[in-house]
Amino acid sequence: MSTQPDLLYSEEEEALRAAVRDLLTDHCAPADVIARVETDAPHDRALWKSLAEGMGLAGLLVPEDRGGQGASHREVAVVLEELGRAVAPVPYLTSAVVATEALLACGDADLLAALASGRTIGALAVGLHLAPGAAFTAVRVQDGLLHGELRGIADASVADVLLVPAEDGGLYAVEANAATITAQASLDLTRPVATVRLDGAPGRRLGDAEPAVRRALRAAAGLLASEQLGVADWALTETVRYLKERKQFNRPVGGFQALKHRLAQLWLEVVNLRAAARGAADALASGEDTDVIVSVAQAYAAPVAVHAAEEALQLHGGIGMTWEHPIHLYLKRAKADSIAYGTAGAHREALAARVDLQAP
Amino acid sequence: MTGAEELRERTGEFLAAHPPATTDRLDFLRAQFDAGLAWVHYPEGLGGLGAPRSLQGVVDAELAAAGAPDNDPRRNGIGLGMAAPTILKYGTEEQKQRFLKPLWTGEEVWCQLFSEPGAGSDLAGLATRAVREGDSWIVNGQKVWTSGAHNARWAILIARTDPTVPKHAGITYFLCDMTDPGVDVRPLRQITGEAEFNEVFLTDVRIPDAHRLGAVGDGWRVAQTTLNNERVAIGGMRLPREGGMIGKVAQTWRERPDLRTHDLHQRLLKLWVEAEVSRLTAERLRQQLVAGQPGPEGAGMKLAFARLNQEISGLEVELRGEEGLLYDDWTLRRPELVDFTGRDAGYRYLRAKGNSIEGGTSEVLLNIVAERVLGLPAEPRTDKDVAWKDLSR
Repeated sequence: MSTQPDLLYSEEEEALRAAVRDLLTDHCAPADVIARVETDAPHDRALWKSLAEGMGLAGLLVPEDRGGQGASHREVAVVLEELGRAVAPVPYLTSAVVATEALLACGDADLLAALASGRTIGALAVGLHLAPGAAFTAVRVQDGLLHGELRGIADASVADVLLVPAEDGGLYAVEANAATITAQASLDLTRPVATVRLDGAPGRRLGDAEPAVRRALRAAAGLLASEQLGVADWALTETVRYLKERKQFNRPVGGFQALKHRLAQLWLEVVNLRAAARGAADALASGEDTDVIVSVAQAYAAPVAVHAAEEALQLHGGIGMTWEHPIHLYLKRAKADSIAYGTAGAHREALAARVDLQAP
Repeated sequence: MTGAEELRERTGEFLAAHPPATTDRLDFLRAQFDAGLAWVHYPEGLGGLGAPRSLQGVVDAELAAAGAPDNDPRRNGIGLGMAAPTILKYGTEEQKQRFLKPLWTGEEVWCQLFSEPGAGSDLAGLATRAVREGDSWIVNGQKVWTSGAHNARWAILIARTDPTVPKHAGITYFLCDMTDPGVDVRPLRQITGEAEFNEVFLTDVRIPDAHRLGAVGDGWRVAQTTLNNERVAIGGMRLPREGGMIGKVAQTWRERPDLRTHDLHQRLLKLWVEAEVSRLTAERLRQQLVAGQPGPEGAGMKLAFARLNQEISGLEVELRGEEGLLYDDWTLRRPELVDFTGRDAGYRYLRAKGNSIEGGTSEVLLNIVAERVLGLPAEPRTDKDVAWKDLSR
């Protein structure tokens, strides 16, 4: 390896973080998120509009001459940290990262610009659980029309356009209203999955599915680590805050050594996760050593985010078990994220080949 | 005031005046110190130029390229890493002039007389007594876990000078001559079979008051400088992937397909990921220090390092199977250098057990993180306002 990744945040990235955090503080309160996920429309379209159209964040990965902001994965990672910290129910990862990366590989200018503006929401119609390089389901093409069922499609219920892999090797753009999209009761209330059914839906071929899907899922797996960092950081910060306040036995429970050590351990994991997530974002931006660092980051991030959310729940005691307290949103997100874009185990398996630590 | 370019020039001039090929090693090192190129962040006249610490790399690169000798820093880690910054901060002019140069050149190796059988994690509870007698102090007590005491010419020492005040207030910091007839160094054999550490018995050791560092009773504060510097060094290092303990087991894995099992494979990959993340964390910390934004992350590095070393070396012993039942050598030796990744897997496994004890136990470090980084309530202190002599022990 010739150079080390830049693992810090630039001043611009910190300014971006502050702007996103301000917006989320004002418009994405936990109580509102809980109320929203109980309705038929769990996604927050107004918040999406502010992020995408107001702040131009949907186009960060898209070059300026193609209608975007011409930024990089590093900035996207900062946005995802903040969205994770707020478990914001917006299709940012799915549309502004995954669908956008697929379109960057296929080169459809109009659709790319539409996604970059945020006025169109896209969803890549492959299962959320798939690791980069995993086999994905493709639909049948018959007389130019698409037929088939695709399951586990994240944020499909809010998408305007679906990017659908077909058996002829192509990736097709399908208008959402030409498909039957059925929201599923999902573990993650803030990033629900849906089933997409195509019964002779018209589609426009964008390019080859295989490289587009591979590229999209790799970026997703790497950048998901930043979202997981946001989730874990919230869980740690909120738990530390609460345990300084909560008194039992006439003292703050955060003063008991058994709990202090658990929180210190968690802090250490979050510190490590930050380095890993920054590493992945930088590697995606620079193109150096990307496959290894992305898999390292995702293999590390998934269990840490889950551990953080589980510790938050346990250390909050009974209140952590209630629907009213937002911890469950983070636990559900963290657990779903541990499957999204490949489990930690899938990424370790990918690493085994890449770093020459072969199985027996 | 001194930029990288200027330093490169200065180093070039120095090398021209003292060609490494024809200059005696010690003469070269002494001259390097006098030229201010030993540790550029130290003041002029004391081996430095008052330049930013990060610029030492520029000098070292030039020297290394010219085939210059180095001061073999691993032989004098405690001197360079702990004694020197403390002497620089608290020493009198005479002390700085007397001690820093031979310390840096390695002519005088240092050790640390801090821990005692009855004062480990609770270091401030130490019982070694120093009693004033004219211009001297008479020291009696026992120190332990003293790495390198058998090679050391000098020691940094903390001792109790006033037992009637609370424990932190009654400590004074000294520079102790290890050749004093009252100093008795005995090897302390450890679980590896080696004696890397020593017990040091101090019997009527006479230390001139001129070798006191800082004010009487101020030793705890002075010692903080020593202890804080214990972990600073990590920032300068750039580690390659598989640079530490994980590299050893990865190599074994690659060379010995016959040893592989599915269970070991899963565990190896998990540890490989953790080691790589830990490397990235160290690299991020280094970048923060270079950018002048040190974060609290350093507090956690040793915790991670200890746990990983232990788990990885443990895995390797198991991986070796039948050979894991063997041990390379139980001979009692007194090594000059400590190499955590040296020797065989069995040695590495046993030696790594010390990583979570030496330099602050992992349990104490977790308390430090919880209290100083996370701001959680401190442990209840029953010893705070009690005279040291009245504490239970």
